[in-house]
Formats: sequence, structure tokens, C-alpha cells
Amino acid sequence: MTKRLFVKGNEAVAMGALEAGCRYYFGYPITPQSDIPEYISRELPKLGGEFIQAESEIASINMLLGASACGARAMTSSSSPGISLKQEGVSYMAGSECPGLIVNICRSGPGLGGIDASQADYFQATKGGGHGGYHIIVLAPASVQEMYDLTMLAFDLSDRYRVPAMILADAVIGQMKEALQPHPYTAPADLEPKNWALIGEGRAGEQKIVKSLYLGDGELEAHNNKLHAKYAVMQEKEVRYETVALADAQLIVTAYGSTARIAKTAVRLAREEGMKVGLLRPISLFPFPKAAYRQATQQGQRILCFELNNGQMVDDVRLAVPGIEVDFYGRPPGAGSLPTPEEFLAQIRSRYEA
Amino acid sequence: MTTEMKKVFSRPESLKDVQTHFCPGCQHGTTHRLVAEAMDHFGIKDQTIGVASVGCSVFLYGYFDIDVIEAPHGRAPAVATGAKRVHPNRPVFTYQGDGDLAAIGTSEIIHAANRGEHLTVIFVNNTTYGMTGGQMAPTTMPGQTTSTTPYGRDVTKAGYPIKMAELLSGLEGVAYSARVAVDTPKHVLQAAKVIRRAFQTQLDGKGFAFVEVLAACPTNWGMSPLQANERVGNEMIPYFPLGEYKG
Ligand SMILES: Cc1ncc(C[n+]2csc(CCOP(=O)(O)OP(=O)(O)O)c2C)c(N)n1
Ligand code: SF4
Repeated sequence: MTKRLFVKGNEAVAMGALEAGCRYYFGYPITPQSDIPEYISRELPKLGGEFIQAESEIASINMLLGASACGARAMTSSSSPGISLKQEGVSYMAGSECPGLIVNICRSGPGLGGIDASQADYFQATKGGGHGGYHIIVLAPASVQEMYDLTMLAFDLSDRYRVPAMILADAVIGQMKEALQPHPYTAPADLEPKNWALIGEGRAGEQKIVKSLYLGDGELEAHNNKLHAKYAVMQEKEVRYETVALADAQLIVTAYGSTARIAKTAVRLAREEGMKVGLLRPISLFPFPKAAYRQATQQGQRILCFELNNGQMVDDVRLAVPGIEVDFYGRPPGAGSLPTPEEFLAQIRSRYEA
Repeated sequence: MTTEMKKVFSRPESLKDVQTHFCPGCQHGTTHRLVAEAMDHFGIKDQTIGVASVGCSVFLYGYFDIDVIEAPHGRAPAVATGAKRVHPNRPVFTYQGDGDLAAIGTSEIIHAANRGEHLTVIFVNNTTYGMTGGQMAPTTMPGQTTSTTPYGRDVTKAGYPIKMAELLSGLEGVAYSARVAVDTPKHVLQAAKVIRRAFQTQLDGKGFAFVEVLAACPTNWGMSPLQANERVGNEMIPYFPLGEYKG
């Protein structure tokens, strides 16, 4: 067993990526994610990989598209304003079925906003972000260990489905240090070789074309239907979430990422006060764990959704459980102040008694 | 006496045996052929990766019998960079129009060139946005009317035509930069040689190679193919001088 390390969440992403065989990184500096390119620029050359500090986020995502089209495991990372710039490229990757990892260490907006942790990019991440009606895989780590583990998983899922994947975290998860247990990566046995991509030193047979343009009669419709059929399969097979004390819960608290950590403490405090409260934490934001919410609310339990924004994931929760009362409490981050467990506890108390 | 028939002209192997969608007199066709001949010359068709841009040349994969990646508008040099880093031994070229390369993609072309990426860039300057219906391009000539400069390009407001071959030749990372035309047989022969050199530069591992091709777009110039071809010689070449600027 490799020894435990004490590292930042951002470093854990970088370590997980390199361990998973990512050998190409393209990015542009932005707080609070710059530890990722800094780590990778130091370690990747030792592994024979390529690091490019690109001229912009636009160039970075398109370099990723080019590397991915050639069959490589490759990634980019950024934070909210930079992720906005990447959206056209993400749409092209989705359209041309190019896998690849995009890390968003989300900060607050809109515009230049601030550098505080924020969950205000949930809509952008899970609803397509760019043009054209596509989805990408979105995983939301809540610990340094998960930054490592989910980065590996994101590559595997992305390659399996040929759908770009995103790690959606924020400044809290990216910047905090925690214990990390690194472990060797093993590729899933059923991952197929990328015969669709421009692999190898030349053509073995047919011309390979990686493209998103479909002008023939009915071609684009068929292509879109194919993409959405993949999303449906992922909805069946790739949903991930954590539950805490759900079995007898009368009130279900839900939150993801950094907010879920605060919520978890609040749920424990509520239990100490004798309130039957549980937590449902989505780990995959797309595909969203709709069935888990239905399962948890079979007796009509209420849901209380906490977010670090003015309410985004709560829409998906409401769609998952029609007829169930879903309350929201959240606020956009301001001047470094995060909600406290006591603040959430007060919300839990008022809903529990209601 | 028997006369032996000698084959003196045939389709380059790197080109598919299909009809193109280009308008009559469009010089994308000639340029495609010259690029295909260069690949044939070096015998690199099965190794080469073409990166298509967004413009009238978007169907690169339809005409060249090579592996192709399609890039978003202007981003071909970044896509090509990613591809070349993965496949340093495979020749990689981009094929871009003047809207694509010199307007929306200015940042990507300058920085790919400045990094000295081992790429060959074929840049088709037809002084207009062909695909979208003949709007002003960064290369549109002073006074030229287009669908968005109905009174002619007013340089005091819309600026001046960008001379990309000269501009890029000033960058350290650029190993080769040249401008050619395909309006006369002599120019076509010169262009063939220059395009070969641009591939040679990459094959020799010397760095970034750039060829600007002055080309006619009869449709959006509102001219017959012959008139359009003449305009290249009469108006474009004097403003955009032909020659090798670097390498
Ligand atoms: C982001 C984006 N903006 C605009 C367009 C529309 N568009 C398609 S081709 C083109 C210009 C093409 O002109 P040029 O690059 O000169 O090539 P040509 O067609 O003349 O060969 C534009 C503006 C687009 N596809 N994507
Ligand atoms: S519009 Fe112009 S550039 Fe496009 S195919 Fe026709 S002649 Fe060629």
C-alpha cells in the first residue's frame, strides 16, 4: 500500500489524472485551480507526456479535442470564466464524440464575480453548457480522496461512452488539504481500444474522420438520437450517490460537493437533537440520481436542498419527485463566508417542525 | 510504327474520385489539388492528418483520402497542436480560409506559429467570407464592396487588409512563410513548389510552415470565373505580393 499523503484537492485531481494514464494537459492559468497545471507541468514531463500552457481557454479545449481525436487520454482544467470560454469546444467534443476530462474548480460569478467557492455553474455543467442540446458526464467530489478517485472514474466513463466528462468542484474542495490514500489505477477490463480515433502511426485501413457536421438528410437527427440514447444508458448504469441515515429519515437533506460536507455535519447535529434527518448526496450530477430521490421519498418525506447559489440543483430534485415538497436554502457566496453547520441546522429545525 | 501512350496527367492519389461542391472558378479546388500532389510527392497520404476549418473548405475529408479532424471556426491550429503532440511523427496540416484564420482564429494561428508547432498551414485568402455569403473578411481590399461593406471597405473604420504571410514571418517559431497565387500556369507551378516546401519543412522537423494562397471566389465577388481570375492578378497580387518571406 502506498503511504498516505496530505495534499490539496487540486493536487489530488492532478495525481489521479496522471495515475489514470493522462499524458496530455492543456490549460490557461486561473484561480483557484492553478495548482493543477503547476503540479502537472512539474510531473508530466517525467512521464514523457506533453504539457501546454495555451494562449487561452479556447485554445486549450481545442487542443484537447485534437489530442482526444488522436485517441489520447487528455485533460484541461479551469475555473468558471475559463469554463465559459471552453463551451464551444465542449459542444464540438460532444458532437464529435470525443472523450476527455474538463475540471471546473468553480468560483463565483457572474462575470468576473469573485474567487470564493461557488456552486453557481451547476446549470452550465449539467444542462450542456454550450449550444446544441448535449450533455456531459459531471462528477462532484466532496473530499480530497474523491478528487483523486473520481478523476480516474471520469476518464473511464468518458472513454466508455465517448462523452466528455467534468469534475465539478469549488475552491473549498480544490484548496483544502486532507489525507489522500493514493492507489494504483487499473483500467476496466471491458474498455475497448479507440478504433474510432486516429490512433497509430498511420492508417490501417479506412479513412478516419472525427467531425460533428452532419448535413445529409436525417443524419443529424439520427446522430442526436444516438447521443441521447447514450445518456439514457448512463442514467440507467452510471448514477452515483451517497446516503447518510436515510432509513428512518422524516426529512431528507440533499446537497453536493463542499455544501454536502456542511450539510453532513448539520444532519449529525440534528440527529443529536433527536430529529430523524438523513442526507442524500449526489456524486454524479449528470446522470442525476433521480431514482434515489424517488426511493427516499416513498412515504412522502420532504426534501431540503442546500446549495452555494440561489438555487439550481433544486430544480432537478423537484423534477425527480413530482408531488413531493422540496424546500431550498442557499446563498451565493460573499466575501469568503461559507454557511455554517449551525446555519443549516436552523433551517433543518424549522422545516422539521413545520 | 506503334505509338506508346504515356500518361501525363492523372488525379493525385491523395484526392478522392468525387465531384467537389465548389462553385465554378473557385480556387479552393486548385489548392486542394496542389496539397494532394505534395502529399503524393512525399508518399505521406496514409500518415497525414488534415485539420478542416469552418468555411467553404469544411469538407476536407470528402475530397482528401486522409484522416481528418474537423475543428471549430478558427481553432484548427489548436486542434492540430493537440494532434501533433500526440503524433509527432505524423504530418499534420490545417487548411483555413481568411475569416477562419485571420479573424476569429487570429489568436490560435499566432500562438501555434509562435510555439513553432511542427505544422503546415494552408491559408486560402479570397478576400471574403465565402461560405456565409460574401461578408467582409480581414483581408478584404480597401474599397472592396462585400455584403457587409455595401459602400466599399472604409479603412478609416474597418481597418486594413491583414497581410498574414508577412506578419507571421516576424515570429521566431516560424520556419517557413510564403505567399502564392494560382491564377496563371506559372503561378500554379510556383505554388506547387512552395506547398511542397511547406511540407518538407515539417518533415525535416524545422518548425512551423505557412503558405498563403491568393484565390478567387467568383460567386461572392459577383464575377465570372475569368473575371475573378483576372482580379487576382490585377488587384490582389499588387497588394499582397507573392514570394517567400521566410525560410
Ligand atoms: C463561431 C462561429 N462563428 C461564425 C460562424 C459562421 N461562419 C461559417 S464559415 C465563416 C467564414 C468563412 O469564411 P472563410 O474563413 O474566409 O472561408 P471561405 O468560406 O471563404 O473559404 C463564418 C463566419 C461559425 N461557423 N462559427
Ligand atoms: S463561395 Fe467562393 S470560396 Fe466558396 S465555393 Fe464558391 S467560389 Fe469557392
